[in-house]
Order: sequence, then C-alpha cells, then structure tokens
Amino acid sequence: MSRFPYIPHTESEINKMLEFIGVKNIGELFNDVPHVFDFELKLPDSTDEFSVMRELKTLAHENLNLNEVAVFRGAGIYYHYIPSVINALASRGEFLTAYTPYQPEVSQGTLQALFEFQTMISELTGLEVANSSMYDGATAVAEAALMAVRVNGRNKILIARSLHPEYRVVTKTYCHSQNIIVEEIEYSKDKGQVEPEHLKNRLDDDVSAVIIGYPNYFGIVEDLQKIKALLDEKTLLVVVANPIALSIFEAPGILGADIVVGEGQPLGNHPSLGGPGLGFFATREKYVRKMPGRIIGEAKDVDGKTGYVMVLQTREQHIRRKKATSNICSNHAHNAVIAAIYMSLMGKEGLKEVALRSYDKAHYLFSQLSNMEGVKPLFSGPFFHEFVVSVEGLTVGELNNELLKHKILGPMELEKDFPELGNSALFCTTEAVRNEDIEFLLGRLEEII
Amino acid sequence: MKKYAKTHEWVLVEGNVATVGVSNYAQEHLGDIVYVELPEAGKEIKKGETVCTIESVKAASDVYAPLSGKIIEINEELDAAPETINSDAEGSGWIFKIELSDPAELDGLLDEEEYKKFCEEEEA
Repeated sequence: MSRFPYIPHTESEINKMLEFIGVKNIGELFNDVPHVFDFELKLPDSTDEFSVMRELKTLAHENLNLNEVAVFRGAGIYYHYIPSVINALASRGEFLTAYTPYQPEVSQGTLQALFEFQTMISELTGLEVANSSMYDGATAVAEAALMAVRVNGRNKILIARSLHPEYRVVTKTYCHSQNIIVEEIEYSKDKGQVEPEHLKNRLDDDVSAVIIGYPNYFGIVEDLQKIKALLDEKTLLVVVANPIALSIFEAPGILGADIVVGEGQPLGNHPSLGGPGLGFFATREKYVRKMPGRIIGEAKDVDGKTGYVMVLQTREQHIRRKKATSNICSNHAHNAVIAAIYMSLMGKEGLKEVALRSYDKAHYLFSQLSNMEGVKPLFSGPFFHEFVVSVEGLTVGELNNELLKHKILGPMELEKDFPELGNSALFCTTEAVRNEDIEFLLGRLEEII
Repeated sequence: MKKYAKTHEWVLVEGNVATVGVSNYAQEHLGDIVYVELPEAGKEIKKGETVCTIESVKAASDVYAPLSGKIIEINEELDAAPETINSDAEGSGWIFKIELSDPAELDGLLDEEEYKKFCEEEEA
C-alpha cells in the first residue's frame, strides 16, 4: 500500500500493529465488508498543491454557474438574490464555531440568532412555536407525519400528489419502517390543486394528517380553509410552505394549519447543487412536546439579565435515543442562522418585495407564454411564482438543451415525476430574474418552439 | 403499607388498589421536573413494564410498573404542575393508581428500611 502524506504512521509501525493483532495486511481488516467496492481507484499520481488547484479550477469552469445564467427553474430550491452583507455576517467565526450549542454559557450569540429565527418563522407561519430548524424540507415533512401520528395515535397519512415528489418519497420511506400507511391524494386535472370533494371521500377515522403544499409543487396555492373544514377534530392539517410566499399570503396557521413545515433555503441560502437546505417546523403550543427538534428559549439569569437556553432537549436523541422525538442527529443550525440574518436584514417590507417581484415576473411570463403558439397553460388554479405549461413540437429536455446554449436555465421537466402530465414544463421566476432576461427567454422560445 | 421498587417507585396499597409515584430519592436525583407524560387510564400493565416518562431539566426517565394490574386513575394535576413531584414526591405527587391483578407480587418489593439501605448502596 502506498503511503499517504497526511497519515502519520510509517510502514513499519503499520506492520507492527498488524502483526500484533494477528492479520497479514490491512485488507484483511475489511474481510467482513462485502467486496462490492473491491477495486483500485484510478487516481492520477500525486503532485504539488499549485498544480492540483489549477487542474481542479479548470474542471470547475466546465460547470455552469447560476450567476452566469438566467434562471427559470425552481422546483423546491430557489435562486434569490442574496445581499453580500448576509454572508459577511454569517461567516463570522462566532457563528461558525458553535456547531450544536449545548453550552449556553459559550454560545449566547448563536442561541439568540436561533431564537430570532424561531420567532420570525412563527410570525410567517402564524403558529405559536417553531423549532430551531430541521435537516431539510423533505425530512421536515416526514417528521411532521410522524409527529401527527404521535399526537392523535392514528395510522394513515394522506399526502397530496401535488407535493414535491422527493418530499413524498422521503415521507414514505420514514413511515414505511414505522408501519404508518401513506396514501396519495390526487390533484384536479384542471386546477392543479387538491379537489375538496375527492379528499372528502378519502377521509376516515384512521387518517392522522393531510399534507399539502402552499404553494404546491406546481406553484399553485391550495385552498387551506376549504380543506381544513373537511377534516374532523383529530385530523391534523400539515402545510408545506414556501417561506417567501408566506410574506404575502395569509399565514397557514391562521387558515387552520396545525403544523407548518418547509424548506428554508430561499431565505438567504445559496442553491448550490440543490443544498444544503434547512427545514423549518412550526406548530401549535399544545403540541410542543410532540414536536421534533430543539427550541431555544429566552430566560433570565439570577441577576435578572436575559439569557438564551436550549429547552425541551430532553426529548432529543442525545438524551434518550430510543424514545426521542426525532433521530436525525443534526439540524442545519448555521443555515438557520443565515436565514435569520436574511429575514432580519430584509425586514417585513423587503421580504414582501422579494415575493411580489417574484410573483409579478412569473405572472407576466405566464401571460406571454399563454399567447405563444405551441405552449399551453395546464392549470387554472392561482399561482405564486411557478406555473406549468405543456409544450408541443419538442421535448422539454430538448428545449432545455437549446436554451442552455443561450445561457438560460430552462424549466423543470415534469414527465419523469408526473408521467400523467406528458411533455410539460414547470417555469419559475424570482426577483433575481431581470426583465430583459424574460424578454430574452421569450425571444429564444419563439425561435425554438 | 408503603413499599418500594428497585427502580425507585413507591407503592401504597389500600385494599386491592396501589397508588404509585416516584420516590423522594428519585425526585432529588432527577432535579427540577418539568413534564410528566402521563399514562392512559384503563390500560393493563405488567410488573416491570414502562408506564410513563418524567422529564426533568437534565434527563427523561421512565417510570416502571412496580406491580401488575389495570391503571384505574391518573393524577391529572401533574399535567399543569409537574413540580408537585419535587415538592411532595411521596404524597400529592403520586402518578397513577393500579387495581392489582396479582397481590402476591407485593412480596418482591422492598420495605422502607430495605429501600433506604438499597439507596445507600447505590450511592456508594
């Protein structure tokens, strides 16, 4: 075995250790592991740092950077403008050192930032308590399903098919091993939202929770009040929300949601390779002990000074693994800190402006596309900053390849996850799409389709 | 007649009904109790089974059934005032009452003297 420069043991030390425990070579230590990956890596010879950096940078330049293209794709991860002050503040060493702030005496700053995060999530969702973040949007949805079962002891989850396909898969995986039944509820082929009549027929005494998007995966706003009215007293309404949309929409908590979760990435976090994201999770106070994750509380010390502490951590896996409310050991605390900085710097008005601009641009693009030959809007439900159209003449994959040549990241192809929708595309605009980008896209589409 | 389990529950038997709580010794070791996850009345339990959970500021501990039987009453006041266990663990801080299905199990429990000795040994 060749020597690695950062492994401090010499060949003879290694041999001594192997001899002592009675094996011939290092490979023998891994005999219990199935030999699926039993091959030599074809790595180039080692070279100096400078040359490696040059090589890697050259390779990296072959990637397309989101800052170099016009982005018309969202589908769960969104390209918003992130003012540079946010990264400057978030990358301060004080925020980067406290990974999990168990020790309140050394991490007051992080704890306070997370407390502010919770407060703002509470305000956006219209619910009384929010935790200090989850792993990501998908796992937050799955954890909401498990929590609903803890709350009412029922065994079936109805999940809207109009929800993000990955969120549905993750939820099913979580529930499968706990013997919780997960069934999908169909969306209306005209409106693209959950059909109350259809949902009504699916409800029974076993249904623990109904999970729907707000807006849903197709960008369409569901009628939360109507859906809530159908549910009996015990069935929980779980709403999966886009936090940016919440700054202009009525808070789901006010419309009857019992749990509101979602992906917090749009709040100042980069959409780098689809992550890292952060999940947010809010609920009613009466369910707080059934809620996963940690909560940061504000307290007074013996001198009456304000201090921040982690509360309800006795339900967490580092104290009682078997009975913990969640076994995801990590939340995305630093991403939550970034979100808190973003929300506080943007303020209520700033967030609203981001949402309104995203909305306006999407609605403008929608109206222009509606008049274009070969393009047809698919749903009539009200939408936020994403919408679905069907395309004629070429596949959405082919269309995207053409658009990429013009440095346009085109719409999400839906056929793979939604075969019933055929050759259709999910367009998205945020405030980070300039008006001239939209005109440029429209021009290219005229040529291509 | 008050008896104790090695898992630190106390039992007070009157007729065929046993009142159960956690011992004063246990309460002292748990620290400030902030929540009691109460069991459901009507549930059949077997000696040694986990019945409910007590959360203090530093730990979450299970309460085990010291005897077998059916839970006939729970102390709902603990919902709003879990700290009662800290102030009066072996009195108004009782947690649930069991209708005994096997009174002979009582013989396996410790009396006050034996329990005191058991705790001292645990400390040592």
